[in-house]
Amino acid sequence: MSKEIVVISGKGGTGKTSIVASFAALADKKVLADCDVDAADLYLVLNPKIKHREDFSGGKKATIIEDACTGCNLCIDNCRFEAIHYPLLNNGKKATTPQINHVICEGCGVCVRVCPAKAISFEPVVNGEWYVSSTNYGPMIHARLGMAEGNSGKLVALIREKARTIAKDNHLDYVIVDGSPGIGCPVIASIAGADLVLVVTEPTLSGQHDLMRVVELTSFFNIPTIICVNKWDLNPGITEEIEVKAKERGIKAVGRVRYDTAITKAQIMKTSVVEYTGGAVSEDIKSLWRNVVYALG
Amino acid sequence: MKIAVASGKGGTGKTTIATNLALILSEMGKSVQILDCDVEEPNCHIFLNPEIESTIPVTIPLPQVMEEKCTGCGICGEVCEFSAIAIIKGSVLIFPELCHGCGACKLFCPEGAITEISKQVGMVEKGKSNGIRFIHGLLNIGELMSPAVIAGVKKAAGDEEIVILDSPPGTSCPVIEAVKDADFVLLVTEPTPFGLNDLELAVGMVKVLEIPFAVAINRSDVGNEDVKKYCEREDIKIILEIPDDRRIAEAYSRGDMIIHAVPDYRQSFETCWETIEGLCL
Repeated sequence: MSKEIVVISGKGGTGKTSIVASFAALADKKVLADCDVDAADLYLVLNPKIKHREDFSGGKKATIIEDACTGCNLCIDNCRFEAIHYPLLNNGKKATTPQINHVICEGCGVCVRVCPAKAISFEPVVNGEWYVSSTNYGPMIHARLGMAEGNSGKLVALIREKARTIAKDNHLDYVIVDGSPGIGCPVIASIAGADLVLVVTEPTLSGQHDLMRVVELTSFFNIPTIICVNKWDLNPGITEEIEVKAKERGIKAVGRVRYDTAITKAQIMKTSVVEYTGGAVSEDIKSLWRNVVYALG
Repeated sequence: MKIAVASGKGGTGKTTIATNLALILSEMGKSVQILDCDVEEPNCHIFLNPEIESTIPVTIPLPQVMEEKCTGCGICGEVCEFSAIAIIKGSVLIFPELCHGCGACKLFCPEGAITEISKQVGMVEKGKSNGIRFIHGLLNIGELMSPAVIAGVKKAAGDEEIVILDSPPGTSCPVIEAVKDADFVLLVTEPTPFGLNDLELAVGMVKVLEIPFAVAINRSDVGNEDVKKYCEREDIKIILEIPDDRRIAEAYSRGDMIIHAVPDYRQSFETCWETIEGLCL
């Protein structure tokens, strides 16, 4: 049975993806999944070769057929998302038929069903693409969400499912998931049912505040959680405070990664930190990975 | 005038820029409010220490079936595009976490057997800090619908002339909810490959929304020149650059404001504001 570890952070920019890329280099027999579908960056380091691509459709969107619309406004009155308006024309006048803003439309279909003239079409839309790729580190599942598209939670769930299938079919030991910042829909979709969550935080008041909210989330869903402090030496006092607070909640701090410009340099060289340098920061990450493996049991 | 501070990548410095801009405007005697729309992980309060004066619950409508009226016809399940309603052996099962609150089930139930209750998903807190009106939202732990709380924050806005809006990271639903009606978006990035990749995504988003925008580069002397080259090629203005200064990093870690802890940077924020004003007129 493969084990799934999800790396999240609460606060953005704490170093999730750099650490996941290093785990990719350190772990045996694994599949990688980039579930930060809003801002997927792992591919920039792992340089995947796409072997299979598929459209992702998270739902439908409504469109008013101008010729059929009688201008009764029932669609506008019943749309709770205020997605339907009369656009202004170039001459400053209002158009004679309303239009549905696809960015705001939730795809609920209420307008389609209330329209007495059947003047609204309702078709599945492509919100993005997802890929099965090969990398020098093993298979990788990743995705690209279209511009200003929603449904990221659904896409995250789909990516994890594919990654788990690949792990099972190929008898891999680990599914390593790069998650997204925050505590909302895509994060919940990325941690539900995982074997272990690693929260990467930083020694700032913001990092600490956001960590506390994210560990509340993982305990809400009963997911075993460990933390590590990245750039810990930027503020050793707050690092210690974070570790103490975590311990009070029964959460183990399993690593400290020091601040090192090698992390940015590795990113620019499109490689992982542990491959870029044999320095102390790499040793920090290696020790972190050993502790993650131990925690996974 | 509504200015949203946003970024594709997290941790680039949105909150730093939003709070320092708001504070400098307030110190210049302008009427300003800050809306922290990162309701999943709000941080503006750490820097502005507002005195909270009132709290408003944020609710979403959730359908409820009146058993005595329900005939088990299944229409509510058919019209729900989000699979939030299932009919099992003639009785209706509602999955609140999948409900988008569109009202279709209530609207189309032929028996009028569906009502809606209010479910709290978060709250909005309002207060004052250094002459700035302060509003932020907090999504309840375990809730999915951060856009609803963001909408709540925006609804609670006051009538101050300048609105600085701190957006959540990313480019999907919550970000769109936060920035969609802004007059101007300041996209914050850092000069690294991740920063550039996520900036391109964010630029794509504001272009779809048709909102004027410019770029701020934080830790501008780390990394490489690719972000600047990209902006030049795409004719995007860079209106603020903040170098990687240890004094700033330390002030940030303690929750201090840059313009107070390292006053050398006051001028950069003032100039940034003048540029935004010029671009908005």
